[in-house]
Amino acid sequence: MSEINLAPLDKILRPFVPLGRSGLLPALHAAQKQYGWLSEEIAAGVAAALGVPLADVHGVIEFYSLFYSAPVGRRMIRVCADPACALKGADDLLAHLCTHHGIQPNETTPDGSATIERSPCLGLCEQAPAILFDDQAETNVDLKTGHYELGRPRSPVYGPLRLLTRNCGNGTTFLAGYGAYAALQKALKMPPAEVIAEIKASGLVGRGGAAFPTGVKWQGAADAPGEEKYVVCNADESEPGTFKDRILLLDDPHSTIEGMRIAAHAIGATKGYIYLRGEYPYILPVLESALNEARQAGYLGGASGFDIEVRLGAGAYICGEETALFESIEGKRGFPRVKPPFPTTHGLFGKPTVINNVETLANVPLILSMGAAEYRKIGTEKSPGPKLFCVSGDVKKPGLYELPFGVTLGELMEMAGGIIADAGTDLETDKRMQAVLFGGAAGAFATPEQLDVKLTFEDLRAAGLPLGSGVVMVFDESRDLRDALARLGKFFAHESCGKCYPCQMGTQRQMEILERLVNGNWLPGDAERLQDVGWTMTDASLCGLGQTAAAAVLSAMKQFPALFDGGR
Amino acid sequence: MGIQLEIDGQPVTVEPGTTLLEAAKQAGITVPTICWHEATTSYALCRICVVEVAGMRLLQPGCIVEAADGMRVQTRSERVVRARKTILEMLASSVDLSDSPDILALMDEYGALPERFPEAERREVELMDDNPMYLRDYSKCVLCWRCVQVCAEDAQYTFALSFSGRGYETEIATFFDRPMPATTCVFCGQCVGVCPTGALKPKREFMLEQGMGPEEIAVMSSGRKRKRT
Ligand SMILES: Cc1cc2nc3c(=O)[nH]c(=O)nc-3n(C[C@H](O)[C@H](O)[C@H](O)COP(=O)(O)O)c2cc1C
Ligand code: SF4
Ligand code: FES
Repeated sequence: MSEINLAPLDKILRPFVPLGRSGLLPALHAAQKQYGWLSEEIAAGVAAALGVPLADVHGVIEFYSLFYSAPVGRRMIRVCADPACALKGADDLLAHLCTHHGIQPNETTPDGSATIERSPCLGLCEQAPAILFDDQAETNVDLKTGHYELGRPRSPVYGPLRLLTRNCGNGTTFLAGYGAYAALQKALKMPPAEVIAEIKASGLVGRGGAAFPTGVKWQGAADAPGEEKYVVCNADESEPGTFKDRILLLDDPHSTIEGMRIAAHAIGATKGYIYLRGEYPYILPVLESALNEARQAGYLGGASGFDIEVRLGAGAYICGEETALFESIEGKRGFPRVKPPFPTTHGLFGKPTVINNVETLANVPLILSMGAAEYRKIGTEKSPGPKLFCVSGDVKKPGLYELPFGVTLGELMEMAGGIIADAGTDLETDKRMQAVLFGGAAGAFATPEQLDVKLTFEDLRAAGLPLGSGVVMVFDESRDLRDALARLGKFFAHESCGKCYPCQMGTQRQMEILERLVNGNWLPGDAERLQDVGWTMTDASLCGLGQTAAAAVLSAMKQFPALFDGGR
Repeated sequence: MGIQLEIDGQPVTVEPGTTLLEAAKQAGITVPTICWHEATTSYALCRICVVEVAGMRLLQPGCIVEAADGMRVQTRSERVVRARKTILEMLASSVDLSDSPDILALMDEYGALPERFPEAERREVELMDDNPMYLRDYSKCVLCWRCVQVCAEDAQYTFALSFSGRGYETEIATFFDRPMPATTCVFCGQCVGVCPTGALKPKREFMLEQGMGPEEIAVMSSGRKRKRT
């Protein structure tokens, strides 16, 4: 069966050999790029080159959606079918493409020219419906007019503030445009403890979802014993509805890199990683060239004592969970670890590690430049600073909104042109708002009665709405929220890692019940089953994925009980 | 210096480093387990051992969480029972538990209904008969990971087993599903020894169960995947 020419494999794998097991994902990416897929012989070659057990190599290929152990088409067409794209006709688009190629979703054409996949959220939600066409973004696809945009996605940036987004919206800002790393120069003149004190004083908390105080995290890693420490940038952005990190990295890579460099100084790290989600391949060259610019300017590498490597994920939402991300960099299946111990003492390769979200890191140079006191004048007392919101769905101006904390949901909706005050105007296009999904798939629904809620950590918490990764997905009155819930159910079942029982089986059972809900085969007792599965996942799962996999469903059951009475 | 805590209202003193599972046992209270095994590293997979600890938002897996001074633990609160019962019901709707008497006994104890989840997709896999020593029936596998663990760093360092798929589709697998003799397996039998569900079974035992005589057993040889009947 071996028509595959294995001769080039040695050469392809050579750069990854010194990395050992940690080189597994990059090696598999490189091999797949050459051969299109990963056959048994190729996998065995990778195993031998890196000294990884055969079964483990297979286990890793099997875990990640973007690795293929069977042949696929020469073109990969991944159509997003998650809620934001679904609102803009993703199902029709997928059906149209499948008809055109004469195949079903997740099949390859007989001539091997193309594979079409139904994909989880691609992080292009504000330009829906979206496709990942090989390594390019295809956005704003309109079947009626035939319009679409292919290549680098646009970066629609709005809102009253332009601090985090000051360099966004006009293509990539190279080092010449970004300017010298002034915040870094300032930080390097300060003792590490003082930098940490400044970050603490700013009140910055993580923007990746967990809202953990960044200064406290840095302190933990700085205090942890050990010479070898790491700074990791979490650019796995896979929460449905989230696209902020895509825009930050594509348009302004240097603010994140400078933030990482400052973190390295603060904790005494010599090595950093940016873990970029596999569905953002078009960001990879931008990051590589920005890192090279920073090296040439002396900010990274050589005498600076700190360098950064980019690692590309391979299709696994769970790898955004910090410990699963470490496992992935280490060349393993992305299984989250039991905590404690925490990353600050036992992180990447078991060493003290600071892991921060892209947006968190982008705040760091801003804080150092402005000074914590000035920075705190933005936002509210308890939620200082600027915040990015990812607005998608039924609004006139979907996009990235930079706001000071404290703006109300209603004000944000006004900016986005999303709610119509009085009915009876142009009902063809102007519909009333029904609900807002807050925080992403792991989020909760807000109703129009909650438009006055202030967008701050404390106000949202009081309203039972998670800020999460800043997702604000709007559904107008014509939408059936059950459809969105069924898609979220499918998302979580697809993305559960399978490690702990509540999530492994709960996401599957939840998906099955939600499918009955949308298909109109709701069975007696399904509401109780949904509650029991949901609460069991919430209460007993090992990591944040399972603990929030039922959040949107349980929130909808509370806010919109009529949706679950069995009728359609 | 002992650690003092309270379990189900009862004061208990244990050595530092004692898990809540162990501490409960010392107090004469049984907390159920499925994935836990004394010979393998605990990864807290099954979560059947969860308990409620005052002041903690989520239920805590007793098999790995250590006792701390002043902890107040409930091993049978309403939340705990709901989680255990639901996990058991989901298991029964996913895999064949007919060879897992301990889990079946737990289902009785918690009033878990085997038919709680109708129209559920079950994990059904062909019976694998590919070597002279043991059979693999992953329709009975509860994914406790023990076999993978003893095959790797917990004992044998053979690394014949890992996983295929992910999430609900996860399955114990060899490299590209090769038959056992074509893997690094040395037939030490440790995986069979730690399997709690009959998913891994000595061939001899299987054949006796099927009512075969010793001669038939001797004749039966290895080879292919055999379709389940
Ligand atoms: C299932 C899951 C997915 C996650 N995905 C991301 C992600 O894509 N990006 C991110 O920054 N954090 C993500 N997180 C949160 C991280 O675990 C971690 O808290 C975060 O990277 C810390 O950075 P921060 O303190 O700067 O927010 C995820 C968490 C879970 C449980
Ligand atoms: S085969 Fe057995 S020992 Fe291995 S994981 Fe499954 S149930 Fe556990
Ligand atoms: S026995 Fe504790 S999680 Fe399985």
